[in-house]
Amino acid sequence: MSVLFHSRTLLPGLFLSLVFVAAALISLVWVPYDTTVLNIANRMKLPSWEHWLGTDQFGRDILSMIMVGARTSIAVALVAVGIGMSVGVPLGLAAAARKGGWLDEVIMRANDLVFAFPSLLIAVMITAVFGASALNAIIAIGIFNIPVFARLTRGAALSLWNRDYILAARVAGKGPARISMEHILPNVANLLIVQGTIQFSLGILAEAGLSYVGLGAQPPTASWGRMLADSQTMISLAPHLALFPGLAILLTVLGLNLMGDGLRDLLDPKLRRARV
Amino acid sequence: MSLLDIQNLSLSIHGIPVLKDVSMRVAPGRILGVIGESGSGKSMSAFSVMQLLPNGTSCSGKISLAGQDVLALSEPDLCRIRGRDVGMVFQEPMTALNPLQTIGAQVAETILVHENVSKSEAMVRAAEALRRAELPQDKFPLSRYPHELSGGQRQRVVIAMAIALRPKLLIADEPTTALDVTTQAQILELLKKLVSEDNMGLMLISHDLAVVADLADDLVIMKNGEVVEAGPADMVFRTMQHPYSKALLAASSHVPDREGLVQEKPLLKVQNVVRDYVTHTHGWWGKTVHFRAVNTVSFEIKKGESLGLVGESGCGKSTLTRAILGLEEVQSGEILFDGQPVFTHNHANLAVRRRMQVVFQDPYGSFNPRWKVERLITEPFHLLDNPPKGAERDRAIAEALESVGLTAEDRHKYIHEFSGGQRQRIAIARALIIKPDLIILDEAVSALDVSVRAQVLDLLADLSDRLDLTYLFISHDLSVVRSITDRVLVMKSGEIVEEGPTGAVFDAPKHDYTKQLVAAAPVLPADISAA
Repeated sequence: MSVLFHSRTLLPGLFLSLVFVAAALISLVWVPYDTTVLNIANRMKLPSWEHWLGTDQFGRDILSMIMVGARTSIAVALVAVGIGMSVGVPLGLAAAARKGGWLDEVIMRANDLVFAFPSLLIAVMITAVFGASALNAIIAIGIFNIPVFARLTRGAALSLWNRDYILAARVAGKGPARISMEHILPNVANLLIVQGTIQFSLGILAEAGLSYVGLGAQPPTASWGRMLADSQTMISLAPHLALFPGLAILLTVLGLNLMGDGLRDLLDPKLRRARV
Repeated sequence: MSLLDIQNLSLSIHGIPVLKDVSMRVAPGRILGVIGESGSGKSMSAFSVMQLLPNGTSCSGKISLAGQDVLALSEPDLCRIRGRDVGMVFQEPMTALNPLQTIGAQVAETILVHENVSKSEAMVRAAEALRRAELPQDKFPLSRYPHELSGGQRQRVVIAMAIALRPKLLIADEPTTALDVTTQAQILELLKKLVSEDNMGLMLISHDLAVVADLADDLVIMKNGEVVEAGPADMVFRTMQHPYSKALLAASSHVPDREGLVQEKPLLKVQNVVRDYVTHTHGWWGKTVHFRAVNTVSFEIKKGESLGLVGESGCGKSTLTRAILGLEEVQSGEILFDGQPVFTHNHANLAVRRRMQVVFQDPYGSFNPRWKVERLITEPFHLLDNPPKGAERDRAIAEALESVGLTAEDRHKYIHEFSGGQRQRIAIARALIIKPDLIILDEAVSALDVSVRAQVLDLLADLSDRLDLTYLFISHDLSVVRSITDRVLVMKSGEIVEEGPTGAVFDAPKHDYTKQLVAAAPVLPADISAA
């Protein structure tokens, strides 16, 4: 456990990330105020004892909105990373196992193709065709995670394929699929975990961006991006309406990035050895 | 007066003692050989001269270099010494050069750092340094890049960088370990020449007694951070006192006992095998270039025999190994194991494959770091139709581990808990577990320290007698091949140039290349190794 404390970024990152995960989890069972009930008389209140972060233009409690919004953000980002990993990693492993072959070419050129499109543009297209919803946002962000994981996996796997223990496994009669699962995947897992946390934070940003332009979660589902978009016209009247969701995005992304950095140090055997 | 004088140097890193009371001296124009196994502190002693030490190191004692007390110097002063007064040659020429810079720029850099000269003048002097390292300008202009040179040529560039400013002291840390035998002889010759030309002191660090024995005027033998034997080379060899140095000498010329009951029946038959590689394709539809790695090779291994295969890097040894193991298809010819082809219908013939296994060179790279020994050594069970389970499997694991001198309890450990020699034993256990007839040993002892190597060779000899094993022993080290094989093949550029009983081939080589190899191999002086 003491290794945890060697990294200067892991603990603060872990703490920040856990705060928001906890907020999202608590909001499932309890929020200070119901976010679907409007109370116009109580609108745009500054932070006070009743409303810790104030209220918005419809009189809803901002703290409750942020807690529910965390749920949306985390769910969208988590599923999107899941899509990226579950499709991208097998593709990367397959490309590495058949390096230089036609399968490798097809997979990697398809990756290049997806990389070549600006991700937000495609997301706009998907939502334009299938309608704006949190689910479509998830799919759009997920698709753009695929090439990231495919490339990372292929690159890391390629260097592993040259190891003697892979040759030993081939001498033991194991095929490429089995070698990929037994030898390659466990040895690239640490890289994938690190990249996963970084993609997770990018997913949160992307969801906020899509919701901001109205293509993500639809009202009454609370979302950090929507909260920002709704409050921008009132930024001179009530700046706290934009400030708190903005801070929530900033701190979550910061926390996840710090955690990713810390994990990279922790899981890299070379860096680990250098520290001891 | 000595050029370098290390007195009672003790060194610890983060409180862990690494060197204890080390003393050695190098006089101008003399060569000091520093011998020791891995972890003996020989490189650390050399690095302490330049004060290129890891963080958290503390030194005590005295290091004086041409009258200056190195330990008392400040970092900027040390920078002036490094490269100017002390040059350094590293083990791995592949990584010691920057692949993005020309060799001229890299040699000139040392000069530009230390002297206030123009770039063009530095280039002229770089050319001169390269010429002295025997890379003449008409063949190796300054504009060459490292990837255009062979390993030996790169090592010459590294040497040119080290001697560009005519340093007083040159430190060579295992300068030839990564090189082939014939290249090694040339590089050692070059170092010797430069020492006498410049009246330079040379500190030659090596694990190989024979390399140093040829060259060094003085010797230091180190063990666990201490000097156990020191003095003029010929005297040290003759009057060795310390049990460790005696053991080291005995291990270097160790010949394991083998009965070697060879049967007449051929086990493996390689007939006119050709293996081509496609090396370059220019784009998707471009022209392809073929490279013939193995060219019409034929030989046989008899059952119970130990056959050596000797050749330098790039001669096609490894390609041939892969073909024999059925990992790759050959373009023509056939490989028959006990009468059956090793490769059929686009994949390896499993009936044959389960009767051969392989042990690789690198004890660190041949195991998945995330698996336990138990799982590692049972991997070849995958070849069997009905792999043993439960108690039978446990018995097989225990038997394999015990036959290589480990205990059955070691099965629960991870590979990083073992030393290099133990790992190589585990690799042998992995090969033994399915009771093969043929084991291919691909440089299996090359990465091991001398004393460990002797133990592993003994183990191999013992196993071949007990289990009736046949070996194909691939190595670049002639002394090892000589000690364990009955017959030897000499391979060059994809072809077998000479074949015969090991002793006869090495004592009276017929082919020019074999003669060259035998002449280049470093040997201990005859009167010493006999003792």
